[in-house]
Amino acid sequence: MSEPIYRADVLVCAGTSCESSGARSVLAALTEELAKTGLDQEVRIIETGCRGFCSMGPVMIIYPEGVFYCQVKADDVPEIVEETLLKGRIVQRLVFTETESQMTVPYYEDIPFYQKQQRVTLHNCGVIDPTNIDEYIARGGYEALGKALGEMSPQQVIDEVKTSGLRGRGGAGFLTGLKWEFTAKAAGNPKYVVCNADEGDPGAFMDRSLIEGDPHTLLEGMAICGYAVGASDGYVYCRAEYPLAIKHLKIAIEQAEAYGLLGDNVFGTDFSFHVHIKEGAGAFVCGEETALLASIEGRRGEPRPRPPFPAVSGLWAKPTNLNNVKSYANVPQIILRGAEWFSKIGAERSPGTAIFALTGKVLHTGLIEVPMGITLREIIYDIGGGVEGGKKFKAVQTGGPLGGCLPEEQLDLKVDFDSLRQAGAVMGSGGMIVVDEDTCMVEFSKYFLTFATAESCGKCVPCRMGGRRMLELLTKITEGKGTLEDIDEIESIAAGMAAGSLCSLGQLTPGPILSTLRYFRDEFVAHVTEGRCPAKQCTALVQYYVNPETCKGCGICARNCPVNVIEGGRRQIHIINQDGCIKCGTCLEVCPFDSILKVSGETVEVPTELIPIGTWAK
Amino acid sequence: MPKVKSLDELRKLRDQVKDDISTRIETGTTIIVGMGTCGIAAGARETMHAIMQELESRQINAHVRTVGCIGMCSREPLVDIEQAGKPRVTYGNVYPDMVPRLIEEHLKNGHVVDEWVVGRKTTDDIGL
Repeated sequence: MSEPIYRADVLVCAGTSCESSGARSVLAALTEELAKTGLDQEVRIIETGCRGFCSMGPVMIIYPEGVFYCQVKADDVPEIVEETLLKGRIVQRLVFTETESQMTVPYYEDIPFYQKQQRVTLHNCGVIDPTNIDEYIARGGYEALGKALGEMSPQQVIDEVKTSGLRGRGGAGFLTGLKWEFTAKAAGNPKYVVCNADEGDPGAFMDRSLIEGDPHTLLEGMAICGYAVGASDGYVYCRAEYPLAIKHLKIAIEQAEAYGLLGDNVFGTDFSFHVHIKEGAGAFVCGEETALLASIEGRRGEPRPRPPFPAVSGLWAKPTNLNNVKSYANVPQIILRGAEWFSKIGAERSPGTAIFALTGKVLHTGLIEVPMGITLREIIYDIGGGVEGGKKFKAVQTGGPLGGCLPEEQLDLKVDFDSLRQAGAVMGSGGMIVVDEDTCMVEFSKYFLTFATAESCGKCVPCRMGGRRMLELLTKITEGKGTLEDIDEIESIAAGMAAGSLCSLGQLTPGPILSTLRYFRDEFVAHVTEGRCPAKQCTALVQYYVNPETCKGCGICARNCPVNVIEGGRRQIHIINQDGCIKCGTCLEVCPFDSILKVSGETVEVPTELIPIGTWAK
Repeated sequence: MPKVKSLDELRKLRDQVKDDISTRIETGTTIIVGMGTCGIAAGARETMHAIMQELESRQINAHVRTVGCIGMCSREPLVDIEQAGKPRVTYGNVYPDMVPRLIEEHLKNGHVVDEWVVGRKTTDDIGL
């Protein structure tokens, strides 16, 4: 056969998540196996971007059937080739199994994880080969840019984006079209279009996945923006820790320029648009717009007071439009399908969809796209499959380290920019971390504060000093040395930081603590007044005891104790010497009889000297 | 690579490249080849290759799928043609030389080739 004719496509996710769980070796095995069986002339392998179902990675979808295989290993490949690709049978053991009903779900479209999702921004992610522009064009790519250049004036483009109601997906939710209009109307030349891809939140990977899986959508959106605001240069500020995203973006720029869809004289018109990539060094503060622009200019990544806003004086003091990756990525479809179509998706004042990186103690972690207005409960239970290990849900943190956390009572809250803000959390750029009953909320907020404090650039005093001071107070509380006054002081510092910090890093740093205090104040109070950590996580506030009633005197705990503080001989009730205990929890893990008690804020009566088992009486 | 100079040119390019992703989008037509051990032994792979060649040369957009044995081993290679809204037709003993007529009659002209048919199923029969 000369030109291969393909009857099936095997789509293997090669996003960063699946790659780290072994997608590379699967791809290698697949290539080898197809060649061996002679199927390489009829079955094609496509490396795609993220499908979102990262907890089940590496994932594979076989078209035209749409068979979905999870957690595929290289060893599974010969069976997949023999059974599915050759004989058309499903390999049941690789199929997704629903946890509750134990039902197997062989087809992609039937999997509950995807049922409540609505893929608008990510519609190409995991469906096309991101390194092949033809596949993007086959899905209607660059038609929006062609339409804008050929049939619309810059003002009409701006009006269309304004009418759609698209709000900035970086987190603040400012109207994107309005921002574009400011830049378009600002005096000064040249103008710039900048994309913020400096996604720095721990546990967030929405922008990375989008660029890895569908880089042309971003480029097309930026080019449309360039046409609308009158810019001929665009910058993507992407963190250097995203090598795959940068690689795909570079390939995409090259391919689009070869077709004349970017670069000089786009679509043969007078409009030229060059996209440059600026790799960031991974400073969290560079996600703040003025710090980001300073970093592109080669200066130290520090924010400056606004106004003037970047729309008036941005990159090299020229009018600059700066949006998040997801904001630009929504634009091509708005232009192509119309503002009215977009405004009907999602919630009334927050149209469109939201992309979240769902992580933490949830069964199915991954990347999800949902219509705005969906409830947190639907996201966590219907899509995420509920809390891992049958534990009880405690809280969900939205908006990353500068966001806020919400308790169970707020689970029916509709997710959109405004309602989240009212509840004390923020949309942020889309991190969503679920925690269960075993998480101490004081420790949890301390974790985010530690992050934000370390990432403070130090330029303004409220952020530099306020964060550090709050961290000291929180540490004091987790060590059981806190007082009620400390809680008041945290609140007063938080108010000062929110009001006095230069940029949103400092202004929002207190967010997680304030929301935790609002919903979980009793946990803070328990730490300071009772010396009790309700989740039994703060090391200073927990104790381990051998249960004298059930101890069998086997000595396993004593032999495993790394600091040798457990006393007791054969068939004697063992005793943990509280003074020397480092509370590592090893005894709890190794005891075969579940006879180690972990307590906080209560005392357990135990023998004071070694006695034989079975002789204990209080 | 030629530069794209207009929206029309882009749309032409799109038509050229859309085959690249054709297995991933609904075509409304699926040709299913029985590929159990019995089917393979009877020459189902050769039949399938002939079908793929025929679809390619006639520029017909259809999915080609393989399935396991359905039990009628004596009539292998079995080929089913499923078109949206029509009963699924099963043809038996389909060999490569029969493929051009099958595609011509069934997909192009819309006539079922009665003498080769071994069965028909409506969607109700298969419980969908």
